[in-house]
Amino acid sequence: MKQQLNDIRVQALAAFEAAADLAALDALRVQYLGKKGELTAVLKQMGKLSAEERPVMGQLANQVRADLEAALETQGKKLEAQAMEQRLKDEALDVTIPGKPVKVGHRHPMYIALDEIKEIFIGMGFTVLDGPEVELAELNFDRLNAEENHPSRDWSDTFYFDEDSRVMLRSQTSPMQVRAMDTMELPIRIIAPGRVYRKDEVDATHSPMFHQVEGMVIDKNVTMADLKGTLNTVVEKLYGKGTKTRFRPHHFPFTEPSCEMDVQCHKCGGVGCPTCKGEGWIELLGAGMIHPRVLEMSGIDPNEYSGWAFGIGLERTAMRRFKIADLRLIFENDVRFLEQF
Amino acid sequence: MNLSRNWLGEFVTVEANDREFAEAMTMSGSKVEVTEVLGSEISNVVVGQVVSIVRHENSDHMWICQVDVGQNEPVQIVTGAQNVKAGDLVPVALHKSTLPGGVKIEKGKLRGEVSNGMLCSFQELGLDQRDFPLAYAEGIWILSDDPELSGCKPGDDIRDVAGLTDHVVEFEITPNRPDCLSVIGLAREAAATFGAELRLHTPEVKGGAEGNLMELLDVETQAAHLCPRYTARMVRNVKIAPSPKWMRERLRAMGVRPINNIVDITNYVMLEYGQPMHAFDYRYVHGGKIIVRQAHEGETLTTLDGNVRNLTPNMLVIADETRAVGLAGIMGGENSEIVDDTVDVVFESACFDGATIRKGALALGMRTEASAKFEKGLDPMNTLPAVQRACELVELLGAGEVVDGIIDILNYVPQPRVLTLEPARINALLGTDVAEEEMVRILRNLGFQVEGDQVTVPSWRGDVLGMADLAEEVARFYGYNNIPCTLMRGQTTLGGYSQEELLERQVGSMCRSMGYDEIITYSFISPTCYDKINWPTDYQGRNSLKILNPLGEDTSIMRTTTLPSMLEILTRNYNYRNQNVRLYEVGRTYAPGGPDGLAVERKTLTLGAYGSDMDFYTIKGCIEAILKDLRAQNVTFRTGEEPELVSYHPGRCAQVWVGENCVGFFGQIHPLVAQNYGVDGELYCAQLALDQLALAKGPDPIYTPLPKFPAVTRDIAVVCDEAITVGTLEACIQEASHGLLKAVALFDIYRGKGVEDGKKSVAFNLTLRADDRSLTGEEAEAEVQSILAALAEKLGATLR
Repeated sequence: MKQQLNDIRVQALAAFEAAADLAALDALRVQYLGKKGELTAVLKQMGKLSAEERPVMGQLANQVRADLEAALETQGKKLEAQAMEQRLKDEALDVTIPGKPVKVGHRHPMYIALDEIKEIFIGMGFTVLDGPEVELAELNFDRLNAEENHPSRDWSDTFYFDEDSRVMLRSQTSPMQVRAMDTMELPIRIIAPGRVYRKDEVDATHSPMFHQVEGMVIDKNVTMADLKGTLNTVVEKLYGKGTKTRFRPHHFPFTEPSCEMDVQCHKCGGVGCPTCKGEGWIELLGAGMIHPRVLEMSGIDPNEYSGWAFGIGLERTAMRRFKIADLRLIFENDVRFLEQF
Repeated sequence: MNLSRNWLGEFVTVEANDREFAEAMTMSGSKVEVTEVLGSEISNVVVGQVVSIVRHENSDHMWICQVDVGQNEPVQIVTGAQNVKAGDLVPVALHKSTLPGGVKIEKGKLRGEVSNGMLCSFQELGLDQRDFPLAYAEGIWILSDDPELSGCKPGDDIRDVAGLTDHVVEFEITPNRPDCLSVIGLAREAAATFGAELRLHTPEVKGGAEGNLMELLDVETQAAHLCPRYTARMVRNVKIAPSPKWMRERLRAMGVRPINNIVDITNYVMLEYGQPMHAFDYRYVHGGKIIVRQAHEGETLTTLDGNVRNLTPNMLVIADETRAVGLAGIMGGENSEIVDDTVDVVFESACFDGATIRKGALALGMRTEASAKFEKGLDPMNTLPAVQRACELVELLGAGEVVDGIIDILNYVPQPRVLTLEPARINALLGTDVAEEEMVRILRNLGFQVEGDQVTVPSWRGDVLGMADLAEEVARFYGYNNIPCTLMRGQTTLGGYSQEELLERQVGSMCRSMGYDEIITYSFISPTCYDKINWPTDYQGRNSLKILNPLGEDTSIMRTTTLPSMLEILTRNYNYRNQNVRLYEVGRTYAPGGPDGLAVERKTLTLGAYGSDMDFYTIKGCIEAILKDLRAQNVTFRTGEEPELVSYHPGRCAQVWVGENCVGFFGQIHPLVAQNYGVDGELYCAQLALDQLALAKGPDPIYTPLPKFPAVTRDIAVVCDEAITVGTLEACIQEASHGLLKAVALFDIYRGKGVEDGKKSVAFNLTLRADDRSLTGEEAEAEVQSILAALAEKLGATLR
């Protein structure tokens, strides 16, 4: 019997080793260790043994079973690993075949530029306001201190809806200054982006409809130095740290002092080139300290409060941001253009 | 405004080169656009003296000249001109010279004879007859024939001889500073900018001509309110002639064509003083009386440019007793023009109401140099010095004899404006620490008088009204770039988007996530757009705000619907052959009837799409996704009466309802509408009102525990009439449930074999679950049976 057990061990171990796959191994397990297997068959003869032999043989039989089970496990793992390796090999893909397309839409480049501006100002505590585009001339002009014969009131410049030039398409986002002053509590920090309209024929740099962002701050002790500091910060965020700017005196009816802000030409670095018409600077926006008359007309005491305001053209900002050469592309909405952004 | 630096130099000495000058003037508030160097296109062109001239042997018209050009040896030049003779001084473009228009001259051979350059006409030097009235217009410019050029000699640079040495600076002058539309005004700014002395000149007139102005001329300002001041003087025995070279050069540099001495003097004074002047021929001022009045209805006047002008009473004219002789502040009349035999001249130096001049010029479409100045409102104190200067120049030029006496009517005596200088407030506004003495110095440099804290504003600075204006003067010369940069202080404000904008951003990002590109379209459209989208002619939606002065018909009304804008862009992309296009816009519509006569401006989310991946259910899926993202509840899609659905395919469109509100509609565009846009494919659009989407927005989600017990799923397929919609079936299923039905999902619709004609088989997947126990098979079966029973009973839909 001892001989039989040892034979089984030797044969089984050799057979396990030789098993080609998991199915064969499982068949061998049944053949040797199954209920009707060879080892079981041997053990069935245990009853014939003497009382002394039985524990010895029992022990040996257990040993053989344990050895075989261990060998099965080892071989099983090995075969599993081989099978997995083969499967992975079979399942390998051509990774250069394109992925299944997911179409994602694109934000219009002008709104990308606007979002950047909004983010910057919101971070500085500004509220984003919206207002009507069909506007009263009173708010677009009178309340902004534009004198009665200011050229921008001309029918050659501004679109009107009535013969009395009372209702118009706003020519600037500045009436939002008045609307904010009339409705908001002080202090005020707002930006107001939106569409504006001027009677310009369409060409590479003009459109009868375009967009501006108005900005305004009113508080006690607001200074022109604040205006400069804030706008410089904005420009650095928009165009990168270290962007050089300059502030030039200018004139707007609703600010005093007024200024225009230029950025140093990105093309030539200030030496002068065709892009900046040889000036080395490119005009970016108009700004100034809110005219005391404008504050007064909105019932704000200019002796107590001061403020500053600015207006920036969005199309030009987006065009510079993305090097778009022709304004018409903005309103053409060709998807081949839109999907570049 | 152009400025001759030579002329500027008469009033202030500035050493700066062009770039430095432009930079400094720009930074002190007089923005320089560009600086032109006159004669910069001309190089290597000198005065030459023709030593000898002989016929070219191989030509019947050419001449061979030996020309002394100031070098050791004369040079040989071949010319085809016939007006040159030995001894003449002529302009010579030498070998490797350049002429205006990019012309390059090099030596060459003309029919075998060497020519080391070219003899020039004045046209070839970019000049014309008016610049050199004494020159012979044809052929080579014979310098030695012109007494004004008698000093030149061989070798002299022609630019010096022709007076092409000036640098002309072009300024952009803001409308608040009409005083800077003059040499003196800019000289004052330049002097303050460079800290240089301003040398002003007081005109001196000798006078003494026969008679006295008071006896010769009477001026009546009937329209006194439109003519604050009228000043006039008279010159007799005028000798009309070209003005001298120096004057012509200055006029030319400033872009004004020389005409004759009297006209040139008026232009010269206008440029120097910024005061437009006019000269009348006295003999045509009938009755020796000048009347400033408003035009009569139907009155006409032929202006100097030869055009007949139809006048209206809101225009101001200069008239004699019988007729208008000039359009005040705009242009003189032909009937009193200075001509070659003019003997007596009246100089008018007046101040007119800016708005009247502006409106008149605009109405007549004739904005002139004079009107452009008047419309900004001129300094009434300037009329007298200007007319004096004109008379002084008459005497200087020997152009006539000035009559004693000045007519000077002051209808409005301006009072000097006195402001209080408040250095602390100015510094507080600017955020600076400028010393009071510095402020005083700056203001005095600009002509302000400062006594203690009292600042008297000069008459030419009508724009300076208060503290802020003084602050700007201080800031300009303290230097905007010297103002520090600080960040804002004060009470913290909470920034952010409005609810409305947050919604716009949410639906926008949802659209992009589903492949829709954002577009921006014009707010105005053509009235024919309503026809193109098949709106009935009497549909009230056509009632639009009309722009009275549109750029064109195409952009003449404010849209009341965004559909045409979207269709236009879809069409454009379609015509560009762009495949599978999906677009969205959050845009406004503008309906009449808002408060104060304004528009009712509403925002619409418009979707537009076409392509192989687009059909009714695809765009519907996008709308469902948007509403789901908003957590809208009770979303239903209905066919219904909606006037604007006429633009859509009647069998392929639907309204979108959330609860009891219609949010909008969508579907396939009506094939006829698509045809109107020239598109033969299927276009899909959706129009959802943003204010309705805001209302549709559901509450913030509250967590519901995940189900603890498993669900049972059952598939059923029922056969029903074609006319019964899936929505009806679904509603019936929902209604028949006893609460175990958690979800119904359509998974198939079948027509054909096994289903009789006019019927369809609709298959649903039902999910059944109880929250408190595992369902038994019997329970599930009972639920399904009651659903099937309801379907059969109510809709005649039987289990397949």
